[in-house]
Order: sequence, then C-alpha cells, then structure tokens
Amino acid sequence: MTTEQLAQTPLHQWHVANGGRMVDFAGWSMPVQYTSIVDEHNATRTAIGMFDVSHMGRFVFTGPDAGAFIDSLTTRRVNNVGVGKIRYSLVCREDGGILDDILVYHLADSEGKEFYGMVVNASNREKIADWINQQLGDQDIGFVDKTLESGMIAVQGPKALEIVGPLCGTDPSTLKYYTGAITTVCGFDGCCVSRTGYTGEDGCEIICDADSAAKIWDEIFRAGQSVGAKAAGLGARDTLRLEAAMPLYGHELGEEINPVQAGLNFAINLKDREFIGRQAIVGFKADESQQVRVGLKLDGRRAAREGCKIQSGGNVIGEITSGTSSPTLQCPISMGYVEPGFSAPGTQVQIDNRGKLADATIVELPFYQRS
Amino acid sequence: MKPEDLLYAETHEWVHVGDDDVATIGISAFALEQLTDLVFMELPSVGDMATAGEAFGEVESVKAVSNLYSPVDGEIIDANTEIVDNLESLGDDPYGAGWIIKVKLSSRDALDKLMDHAAYEKQCAEEA
Repeated sequence: MTTEQLAQTPLHQWHVANGGRMVDFAGWSMPVQYTSIVDEHNATRTAIGMFDVSHMGRFVFTGPDAGAFIDSLTTRRVNNVGVGKIRYSLVCREDGGILDDILVYHLADSEGKEFYGMVVNASNREKIADWINQQLGDQDIGFVDKTLESGMIAVQGPKALEIVGPLCGTDPSTLKYYTGAITTVCGFDGCCVSRTGYTGEDGCEIICDADSAAKIWDEIFRAGQSVGAKAAGLGARDTLRLEAAMPLYGHELGEEINPVQAGLNFAINLKDREFIGRQAIVGFKADESQQVRVGLKLDGRRAAREGCKIQSGGNVIGEITSGTSSPTLQCPISMGYVEPGFSAPGTQVQIDNRGKLADATIVELPFYQRS
Repeated sequence: MKPEDLLYAETHEWVHVGDDDVATIGISAFALEQLTDLVFMELPSVGDMATAGEAFGEVESVKAVSNLYSPVDGEIIDANTEIVDNLESLGDDPYGAGWIIKVKLSSRDALDKLMDHAAYEKQCAEEA
C-alpha cells in the first residue's frame, strides 16, 4: 500500500509539520515518533503525552434496545450501567476466541438523550462493524460508524487534567476513573471527554468532530507547553501500554486466544446474562491446562520481541507476544503466553532470542503502576 | 574523519580505508537519527572474519533490532567496546569516536560497490 492510499486523521498535517515520522498502521498514516520514543514516553510518565488516536474505530448505537443489544455481544455487562460509565470489554466468537477488545460508553447528549458509544481497534474496525451488522439483523437499533467524521485525542500523564480541565465545560478531574461526559472542549460543543487511556497514567481522551480536532489539539498542546507536554507517537504508546501490562490486539489478544487465558477475568460477567461466547468461556474457566498470559523480565540488555520462544530445560513452554526495552524500568520487559505450570512469579525460564538463550524471570503484572 | 571523505554502503555503514589496508567501519549520522533510542549493540569478536553484505553485529533501539552489515571482506582486528556502554553518545561523533570495527582487508573488491558521499546523500534524501 503506498502512502497516498493510507487514510489520514484530522491531525495529519500537524504531525507532518512537527516532524512526525509517518508509518502505515492498520491502513492509516500515523506518527510512530516525533523526536525520540524514550523522550515521549518519559514526558507521558512525568508531565503530559498527547496522542492522536483518531485511527481507532468509533461507533454510535441509538434506540431503547441499544444497551441490551451491545450487552449480548460483550463479555462484560454494559446494559443498564449508569449514564457516564465506560466499560472495557471483549467481543468474542461463539467459541470464545477474541474478536476485539473495546470500550463501551453509556452517555447522554446535551439534550439528555441517552446513547451508547463503542471504541474498537483500528485494525478490527471493519470486522467488528460486519459482526455487529450480522448480529443486528432487523432489530430496530441505530448503528453508525462515526470514525471518519470525528477525531480522538488522548491527553495522558500526571499533569494532563490540570491542563485540559480549564478548557472543558465539564472538568475531567471531576469525573471518576472510566467515566465520561458530553461537554464543550475549547468552545466546541458535543465533545466526549472521558477519564480513560492506554498508558498507565491518569488523563483523559477527547472525541470531537473531525473539523475541530486540529484546533483542540493545538490549544491543548500550547497550554501544555508550560508543564512540558510533548506530542507522542505510536512507539511511545506501545512502550507505555506494555509497562502497564495492557494487552494489545494482534499481540496478546486474537481470535485464537480466549479472555480467561489472557487474564481478563475482570472483564467477564457470567452471572444472570447471556452473550456470544459465554458457554465456551465457562468451559475455559474450568480448564487449567491452557497457556496463560505472563510478564517477563530479562537479564542483560537485549529485549525479546514478538515470536521469540520461551523455554525451560530445553523444552519450548511458550512464546513472547510483545517486548521492548522499558524506558521507566531500564531493563528489557516482555509479555507472552506460557504453559500454566510455569506461570508463577519467580519462575526462571530462558528465551530464545534470535538464536541466543537469555535468562528471564516471570514477574507480577503490571511492570509499572503509577503512585 | 570527514563524512565527505568516506565510502558508504546502501545499508548505512560508512567505511574509511587507511594506507595499511585497514578499513574502519561505523554507522552514518543519518542512520543513527533514524534508529534513535539505542539500547544495545552486539559486536563481533576480534579475529572473526567479516564478509561484505553479511551481518557482523546488531544494534537494538527501543523500537526494533537492526543488523549491522559489513561493507568489506577481511579479518576483524579491533572492535570499539567502549561505545557499547555509551550508546547515547554514539550520535555525538559518529565518524570519529563512534567507529565500530576495524577490518584488515583480504580483498579490495567490495569497495567498488560502495557509494561516495554525494551518492549516499542522494540515497538518504530519497529515504527521508
């Protein structure tokens, strides 16, 4: 795919003008970094990192049965949760394989009319839209893909709320973690501000009209300069989420992986409800033989990368799904899947790192937790 | 060493050939700028043979791992172990203190395939 065919976010011009190194990510032209992944990572941990996440898929569901419909597709209860609540959840196939990990928003517009929003991975947007349409049949529920007519900005870090707060109608610091509201941002009506993110830091995410995204980004970026805010690319987004042990679809999650082995029990509600994949998940909960997601710290300085085999006593017992050199911990960290007998923290294993064996230790997740 | 006086491989290594047929090899400033955030470098052992076009070591950034390719043929007679612990300073002097290995050439044939500075600058402009 050539650059001309890639989709562009409403902030594309800003990225190019500000040194963004643009790459193809799920068919979108996205900045992987502006200056240095480590600098952008550290700015997010100590001040503010600003991320263009407009490539993520954004769906809106309307009608009295919208909540019940989404509930039937997701592992976690989302119907009848209070207005303002946001839930991390999973969409699974009948066999429990994960189709995507998503956020479901229950919101009310400025006139008080309730609706549901869903944010899905860019790489899964079309697949999930097709899946939803298949399940929807002739039910009387409004379903619209708003991705291309909107933008999404994540402002993450310990200084994020003090900078964004004064620019919003509803100050995000008054919102509880994983809640959101429709309000004005930088004078633009109808934006969704939520206290969510994918970095392990406090902060917020803003969904706005595509036309206002560049102005909102610019205003927050300028206000943030007083505290050292930096624009951050996909590179830093990956190192930040990895330190926080957040799974990434295509790495820790996929159609051949189920939510139980991925360690996402908090996102599974089985009691008094039905959803696609429920029966399979009940089975996985009782199955103690499956490989499970773990964190690993490696000796030395060489990072293990996706696909490296994990060994014990010369036998392959698992595989790395993500790895990097952690800017915060200053050592190589990885996530991967191992046989259940090797998943206890403290277990010593070896990683076949491009032909050389490196010693590693299974550790508790997350690698990093904000104080 | 001045970048204008060096030869370059397509894979962004630079070469300086001294009168004694000893080639000094490093990574160009352009390549270092593209790599960023280096965390690890693996060097070959002194005495190993280098073969033009084949990997002699690797350099790892936060983002990814890249091979270092030898632009020449010969025996590796020195490796700059000091830079391994000071990767962040590699970019300060990539054509001097940032040299990586020295190779006693067994043949000068591979030198004909290398680019001069002007040709290399053109390649970088196309890649940037």
